[in-house]
Amino acid sequence: MPNYKLKINGKSSSVEVAEDTPLLWVLRDSLDLCGTKYGCGIAQCGACTVHLNGTPTRSCVLPVSAVGTSEVTTIEGLSKDGSHPVQKAWDEIDVPQCGYCQAGQMMVAAALLKQKANPTDDDIEQAMSGNICRCGTYHRIHDAVKLAAKKAK
Amino acid sequence: MKNIADNSRRNFLKNTFAAGGGLILGFSWMGSETFAAEIVQNPALDELAFNAFLSISPKGSVTIFSPNPEIGQGIKTAFAVIVAEELDVDWKDVIVKQANLDTKKYERQLTGGSGAIKHSWERLRKAGATAKQLLTEAAARKWGVSASTCKAQKGFIISSTGQKLSFGELAEAAAKLPVPADVKLKKTSEFSLIGKTIKSVDNKDVLLGKPVFGLDYKTEGMLYAQIQRPPGFGQKLKSFDATEAKKLPGIVDVVSFGNKVAIVGKSTWQVMKARGVVKMEWTNEKELESDEMHNKIFTDLMNSDKAEVRRKDGDVEAAFKNAHKVVQAEYQCPFLPHNPMEPMNFFADVKGDKARLVGPTQVPQSAQGAVAKLLNIPVDNITVELTKMGGGFGRRLNNDYALEAAELSSIIKAPVKVMWTREDDMGGGIYRPAVRYRFKAALDKDGNMTGFMLRGIGMNAGNATRQDNFPVGAVENVLVDSLDYKSDITTGPWRAPITNFLAYAEQAFMDEVAFAAGKDPVQFRLDLLAKVKQSPVGKITYEPDRFEKVIKAVTEKSGWSKPKKGFSQGFSVYFSHNSYVAQIAEMELKKGKPVLKKVYAVTDCGIVINQSGARNQIYGAIVDGLGHAMYGNLTFKDGKPQETNYNAYRLIKYNEVPEIDASFVDNGIDPTGLGEPALPPTGGALANAIFKATGKRLYKQPFSLEGEEVEQML
Ligand code: FES
Ligand code: FES
Repeated sequence: MPNYKLKINGKSSSVEVAEDTPLLWVLRDSLDLCGTKYGCGIAQCGACTVHLNGTPTRSCVLPVSAVGTSEVTTIEGLSKDGSHPVQKAWDEIDVPQCGYCQAGQMMVAAALLKQKANPTDDDIEQAMSGNICRCGTYHRIHDAVKLAAKKAK
Repeated sequence: MKNIADNSRRNFLKNTFAAGGGLILGFSWMGSETFAAEIVQNPALDELAFNAFLSISPKGSVTIFSPNPEIGQGIKTAFAVIVAEELDVDWKDVIVKQANLDTKKYERQLTGGSGAIKHSWERLRKAGATAKQLLTEAAARKWGVSASTCKAQKGFIISSTGQKLSFGELAEAAAKLPVPADVKLKKTSEFSLIGKTIKSVDNKDVLLGKPVFGLDYKTEGMLYAQIQRPPGFGQKLKSFDATEAKKLPGIVDVVSFGNKVAIVGKSTWQVMKARGVVKMEWTNEKELESDEMHNKIFTDLMNSDKAEVRRKDGDVEAAFKNAHKVVQAEYQCPFLPHNPMEPMNFFADVKGDKARLVGPTQVPQSAQGAVAKLLNIPVDNITVELTKMGGGFGRRLNNDYALEAAELSSIIKAPVKVMWTREDDMGGGIYRPAVRYRFKAALDKDGNMTGFMLRGIGMNAGNATRQDNFPVGAVENVLVDSLDYKSDITTGPWRAPITNFLAYAEQAFMDEVAFAAGKDPVQFRLDLLAKVKQSPVGKITYEPDRFEKVIKAVTEKSGWSKPKKGFSQGFSVYFSHNSYVAQIAEMELKKGKPVLKKVYAVTDCGIVINQSGARNQIYGAIVDGLGHAMYGNLTFKDGKPQETNYNAYRLIKYNEVPEIDASFVDNGIDPTGLGEPALPPTGGALANAIFKATGKRLYKQPFSLEGEEVEQML
């Protein structure tokens, strides 16, 4: 099996897995980074969202062989202590219900704020409408993204 | 264990030290109503049945154990808030832990029916109040004063002269005192934590991406497995060939049991790939079910004379014969998968006659019992550890997936985690039963309802009706009956069982009847409730006053009596799971097309324990109700569900939710649950608003099948 050197959350790790292994399962099974979630496996729910060089990417359909030298950031790398403005806002607004989808939601929100410091409601809608939350926390996600934008300033 | 208090077994209370020198308080009850607090040294060794407990460390932190499974309904936080309120501890010093299954300590350690809060309210309060009283007494003795001159405040006992000792400092002395037989609970006006906005105690784990869910669980030597179940309901495994699959890297074994084939390996992806190359043949003995077949069955049963009578008041036949007007309508809905975001999974390690189970289940005790039976090992040899759950919605009331893991582990003799893919979850699971209803109402010439009939038909639904639901109790002549078809398709409770669809049908029908009677739909209900108050017909299970209150509150909030130009509103009100919820859905014309703008919801769930958690439940339940009424559709062909992932099955998304205005009736009544009650009324409010906006009545879910105009209303 080929060996891959990956840059994840600022550290380099090496894994030996088949080349078509989705990054999601490399993270979860090989690297014990279980914060990134499996929801559908076909790029439809967003639970597995990570950043690839800052761009939100669905890790369930990204083969490890395609990661190359890109910097991968997972929820574990967003901050060590929950101090990222998105995490703080998520806590303050008390967004999670079951919490399962929230890593993916936060990764999308964090990427949005990096790109647009002052997102409009439409920007938020566009960014957040690809992630499913079965518990229906969408209202609070909206409020939390707004609050995170304020906090990031 | 040493019993200090001299008391009968039923009421007795005992004290001693906790292992760490702190105070552990639990409580048990032997009779169904009588219960008392007690202090125990090592709860695991105690013979009594406990239902909750807390511990105080000498350092001052208070640990509250929440026995009930947390599926996102906020129970873990709510339980702890109730204990902490009566204890008068500083909330920031409270640590909340999920307790594992312990049938000796806890009763009703399950999540379902929105019943946990109602069941545990007084028990939890007594746990907190008893500990507080002991701590107060300990402090009073130290100071040589009477306990009645001392008070508890934010983790301290304070004397009248201002002396102060922390709970931690007092824990040891308090634990030696006899436990009071009776404790004083706070008046609701004295609550300082209950009713506040409190964040979920699990936030930190979730926000940091900690591995707290069942699917995240790992242990040394654990293997990964997936199971191929029959693709169609009614199919049987004829043969399988795993020669190729077994050659693939990382594959440990491929075994068959109970009509299934399990692929076991060293990682998820290796198992997924190998699964694709196992050759399997399936057969069936009888015709496989399809939507067409179900349609025919429903039609036959709708006209059957074999229905089971659920309720009969007065003489319906005469009422309908003498009616001035008869309104009739039929409603239908499909099967629905639960779709929790975390798919089914469970870990099992069976060794000889012992089993260790870890995973997400709403009913750990029944998992334990079922595994004991399946593997023929003693219940006491089976441990069940609860993980956090990525949603449940009723799906995890069925332990099929935990049993699979246990059986597989016993066959391969290794610790194994069974994971269902999304396709497994939607395609081979347990569903909300498909049901149909026929309603009939008889009206006299003044528009009064003189007769009411309901027939409910389900596919493995049991009793598809709720025969005592309003307007029953307000109508002289009533007949409610039901029929059930034994289908091959497995069904089970789905968030707000039966009422998740029945409520829509009832509320849409009431709207139609009010319209036919020439009355305002809200006034129509209020008139019926007035009748119930005056002289109820037969048994009633709801309180008309509480109904009236939520109705009046929601109509005031939403400006029901003064409709704004360009807006149209639909009303719905429902009593389920002990709570009352009234809703008004408001459509706005946008570019000439009606779009759902806002949902107003007023809820009476008694005392609101945590504003934040309660609101989250209301938002979530309304979003859930809208999404499934609008889009949820699972169809069958050749016994196979046709929609097995989110590319074919539509769940509501961020851009489809309206504003929600949620408020609560403040009445000081003991609290009831909130995981379910706000969902049932939602579909009816939406359908009635759509009628107002378009003149079109909707009789079938999902509404989106009505065409583009309706599909784009969210
Ligand atoms: S798991 Fe990757 S998008 Fe759903
Ligand atoms: S919080 Fe449960 S799926 Fe989003």
